[in-house]
Amino acid sequence: MARPVAVGTVVAIAVASALGGCSGVLDPQGPIASAEKTILFNSLGIMLAIVVPTILATLGVAWWFRAANTRAKYLPDWEYSGRIEMVVWAIPAMTVLLLGGIGWVGSHDLDPPKPISTTLTPVEVEVVSLDWKWLFIYPDLGIASVNRLVVPAGTPIRFELSSDGVMNSFFVPQLGSQIYTMAGMTTHLQLQADKPGTYPGFSAQFSGDGFSDMHFNVDAMTPDKFTAWVNATRGAGATLDPASFAALAKPSQAVPVSTYGSVAQDMFQAIVHPNVPPVAPGQASHAAMHMEK
Amino acid sequence: MSGAVAAAHGDHGVPRSASEDGPAPKRIIVAYGFWIFLLSDIVMFSAIFATYAVLAQATNGGPTGRQLFDYTNVAIETGCLLASSFTCGMMSLAINEESRLWTYVGAAVTFGLGAVFLMLELREFADMIAEGATPQRSAFLSAFFTLVGCHGLHVAIGLLWLVVMMVQVWAKGFRASVQRRLLCFSLFWHALDIIWVALFSIVYLMGGR
Amino acid sequence: MLGKLTWDALPFNEPIDMAVSGLMIAAVLAILLWLTAKGHWPYLWREWLTSVDHKRIGVMYCVLALVMLLRGFADALMMRSQQALAAGGAQGYLPPEHYDQIFSAHGTIMIFFMAMPFMIGLMNFAVPLQLGVRDVAFPTLNSVSLWLTASGVLLTNISLVVGEFARTGWLAYPPLSELRFSPGVGVDYYLWSLQISGVGTLLSGINLVTTILKMRAPGMSYMRMPVFCWTSLAANLLIVAAFPILTATFAMLLLDRYLGFHFFTIDGGGNPMMYINLIWAWGHPEVYILILPAFGVFSEVIATFSGKPLFGYRSMVAATMAICVLSFVVWLHHFFTMGAGADVNGFFGVMTMIIAVPTGVKVYNWLFTMYGGRVRFTAPIYWSLGFMVTFVLGGMTGVLLAVPPADFVLHNSLFLIAHFHNVIIGGVLFGAMAGYTYWFPKAFGFTLHEGWGKASFWCWFIGFYLAFMPLYWLGLMGMTRRMQHYDDASWQPFLVVAAGGALVILCGILCTIVQLVVSIRDQAGSRDRTGDPWNGRTLEWSTASPPPSWNFAMLPQVEGEDAYWHMKRRAREERTEHAEALEYGAIEMPVNSSTGFITAFFAVVTGFALIWHIWWMVWLGLFGAFATTLVLAWRDHDEMEIPADEVARMDRAHRAELAR
Repeated sequence: MARPVAVGTVVAIAVASALGGCSGVLDPQGPIASAEKTILFNSLGIMLAIVVPTILATLGVAWWFRAANTRAKYLPDWEYSGRIEMVVWAIPAMTVLLLGGIGWVGSHDLDPPKPISTTLTPVEVEVVSLDWKWLFIYPDLGIASVNRLVVPAGTPIRFELSSDGVMNSFFVPQLGSQIYTMAGMTTHLQLQADKPGTYPGFSAQFSGDGFSDMHFNVDAMTPDKFTAWVNATRGAGATLDPASFAALAKPSQAVPVSTYGSVAQDMFQAIVHPNVPPVAPGQASHAAMHMEK
Repeated sequence: MSGAVAAAHGDHGVPRSASEDGPAPKRIIVAYGFWIFLLSDIVMFSAIFATYAVLAQATNGGPTGRQLFDYTNVAIETGCLLASSFTCGMMSLAINEESRLWTYVGAAVTFGLGAVFLMLELREFADMIAEGATPQRSAFLSAFFTLVGCHGLHVAIGLLWLVVMMVQVWAKGFRASVQRRLLCFSLFWHALDIIWVALFSIVYLMGGR
Repeated sequence: MLGKLTWDALPFNEPIDMAVSGLMIAAVLAILLWLTAKGHWPYLWREWLTSVDHKRIGVMYCVLALVMLLRGFADALMMRSQQALAAGGAQGYLPPEHYDQIFSAHGTIMIFFMAMPFMIGLMNFAVPLQLGVRDVAFPTLNSVSLWLTASGVLLTNISLVVGEFARTGWLAYPPLSELRFSPGVGVDYYLWSLQISGVGTLLSGINLVTTILKMRAPGMSYMRMPVFCWTSLAANLLIVAAFPILTATFAMLLLDRYLGFHFFTIDGGGNPMMYINLIWAWGHPEVYILILPAFGVFSEVIATFSGKPLFGYRSMVAATMAICVLSFVVWLHHFFTMGAGADVNGFFGVMTMIIAVPTGVKVYNWLFTMYGGRVRFTAPIYWSLGFMVTFVLGGMTGVLLAVPPADFVLHNSLFLIAHFHNVIIGGVLFGAMAGYTYWFPKAFGFTLHEGWGKASFWCWFIGFYLAFMPLYWLGLMGMTRRMQHYDDASWQPFLVVAAGGALVILCGILCTIVQLVVSIRDQAGSRDRTGDPWNGRTLEWSTASPPPSWNFAMLPQVEGEDAYWHMKRRAREERTEHAEALEYGAIEMPVNSSTGFITAFFAVVTGFALIWHIWWMVWLGLFGAFATTLVLAWRDHDEMEIPADEVARMDRAHRAELAR
């Protein structure tokens, strides 16, 4: 590695792949990811318009007013100018005004649970992060999949997410927004893949020793192929019920892809609220009163 | 820190503003610094209060505050602590007069009231634990025991401090450093009162409804 | 008898651990032996370990920080080399359970034990001098603060040999950091180290706030304070307001782990998300605690080496205090992806961007400070210009991350890593190095070697860009942080470049070490006789280098901003030579105290015992600390008198040098 030639090659490859093969966030494959990339680059552009001149001015001023430059004027007591102060506060304030607008509108337009406007019915997927693998339950289709998410292209996917233990973050860069998965709570997210293809997904929140292998592929298929996959999966393989879930939930690393041909009723709710204590009637009404307040 | 500080007037005889007077006397500095410490302590309590507020309903199927709190007990506790603040104030007057006897009397009454407070609190804790309402039972009880217990720990440290200060008064008399420490103690004791008022309102009054 | 501590705690069957531990123990032993053989202990004990002089304490803080920079940087090299190797199917040379400790330790050490002590050290050293007073408000407490910080450092480093460090990341998010998922002692090492050093930091904050607000030379009103004092005030107010939150948060996690409470557990009604809120309610102010003093250093350096007053002093003060307040209302931007809702995310996004306004104002004010100046290109100015260029970029990517939809795809990615290294290296570290070079002659009486200083700057500057620009790009390509290995081989070239950048930074660190050695060797030629090597503007330059323990023979009379600049100007105009006419008085100074050192010893004992559940030792440690406090409270003489003759002799010597 230490030889200059090898280093040169490495740099050349780096530059080449930097210019050529974009992936991840830079290669969006769905409406959410595209919108986020646009916002990212718009914001970047607005700021660069201020930042680049500032950097150049800094270096220019410092160099021109170097002690050795006798042509530069020396103003040893000049320390205030109302006009300059005005401009100096105004430039960042205006920039932030603009960016604040983008941020505010963007965070409403791209709020993770917001439905993607379409005539198609979204596909429901319940996501559970486990140590250290992903479980995807299709409640309407009665199947489940581990470490592989198969979706129909062009159709919004409505995710409901939780965790069995440690917090993770569900993230498919080419499809857009990530969101945390947290035990005992659910988060909501809508994404869509525009075209068939395979998009890498992973956990973006460190979750322990097996974290690095906690990735999955999103396989977006044409609706026909998706239906075929659903039919092939359904009825084949094991059932996801509390017993098989307990087996799956044991910590394991680099888990291969597998599927469940059927899923027990309300499995996701059972995972989110593992041991909801039985609520006595009196307490229930008490709790309800609190809710009304 | 007692360097020669020049006259508090500028060269032209114009009186300076207070912020130009030079370093403050040591008594002011000590009290000021201790005040800032108390503020930081109050910030710490605020974090625990916030946590309590979030977890107050998280009883996990276990007992609620309304089922657990004994208001007579809490009322006596509050009375003791408020009264001890008053006697602590009386003690401060005795210290200003440099009257050892009345300082000891004030300290003894303050200590007694603080100790009764602490004993009642510990009895409340013991009763709750005996009923199975332990801090391990639910997040609400974890927060309750931590918040109230943290205040109780402060009171206990205050009592220990008070004893040490009385031994110092006995051994060293009312010299400047002892007086400064006694001043800090009374600030501390009054701050505990303020925290208790907040605690009483938020935990017992609001939590018991 | 020894709780959970057994022989298994020592890393006998982990070769890398064993080698590193052995090396560290050998180094420590070698230093201790050398000190003993040379008979330096009495001097060290008398003049340094028990010193309550703010200048000495400041220097010791900085030494601590520089040593921890080496430790934290060793972790960084291991991380960069691991990621440069572990592509495709490769696993690199560090297994996950080791790699996870390394990145956790790197973050913890660099923030708590490098950046914090460096900044606190600079503030401790310079603030009383700039205010024109003789010490901080509570000198003995100051020593306690230092040694409690050192206790935290020691405990963290003990974890390298005995047991393990946290494998949870530098903020130890639950539920991962709860007993159920992290049953080892690693998280306990983390928590107790930071609890103990956190107390030290809090006391230091109280001390400096009181000093700045209640102890200034006559005539120094608030609006005449040097900007470094203002930024120090803001930073220490943040310490006072933020560190108690950290203490409370860690205390709750400790109760969960030790007594089975349910604050942040996933059962029993606990709420892990509350921890994340609380920790960032401390964590965001924390980054301003680090950067504000650095801003102050740059303000001093740029004004001094431009030969001009700081442009827009009032704006700078306003901007500093605005940042101070705003830093408490932005914490949620660290977890936009928690699903809090559009309004909440939007609000915190906008608030975060608003902080960029006062920060931007500062950049322009530094620019206009140089405008019309005579900029001397010394090493501190190199660091300052490098900062301005780099920090503006880091600020830009920070604002980018404050746009919630952009954060949804960049959160936790290497883009984020690049961003915060961009502001912490480009801001805090460059500021620390600028301050180190700037105030070194004041502390030791000779200037640092310019050439090696500039070489260090260039290595850090170029190394930073090589190491972190690839990470920005990798973040955009979808690489997340804390990966022990990864499948996508197209990432590897970037990580190799980044590792190369880390090596260039290593050269920068080596240059700093060489600079120190060369400067000490050649000190005769670079001695600062006047006490004012840079033609300074503020009061620290009006006294000798190094200053006498009492700083000023007479408290200076301040009549405007840039007090010393005006004194020099007036002296030139009036050609006054009234040194003989001065009347010197005796000065009362606090006596040295071993309280800090001994308290810290018991803090380490208590912390170690708590980590390993050795309960008798816990009580022993607590009792020892209490007894130490009692001994301090019982001492009869806490001040000693410096005779007027001694003061006069030192001051006349300094004036004679000035007159030459």
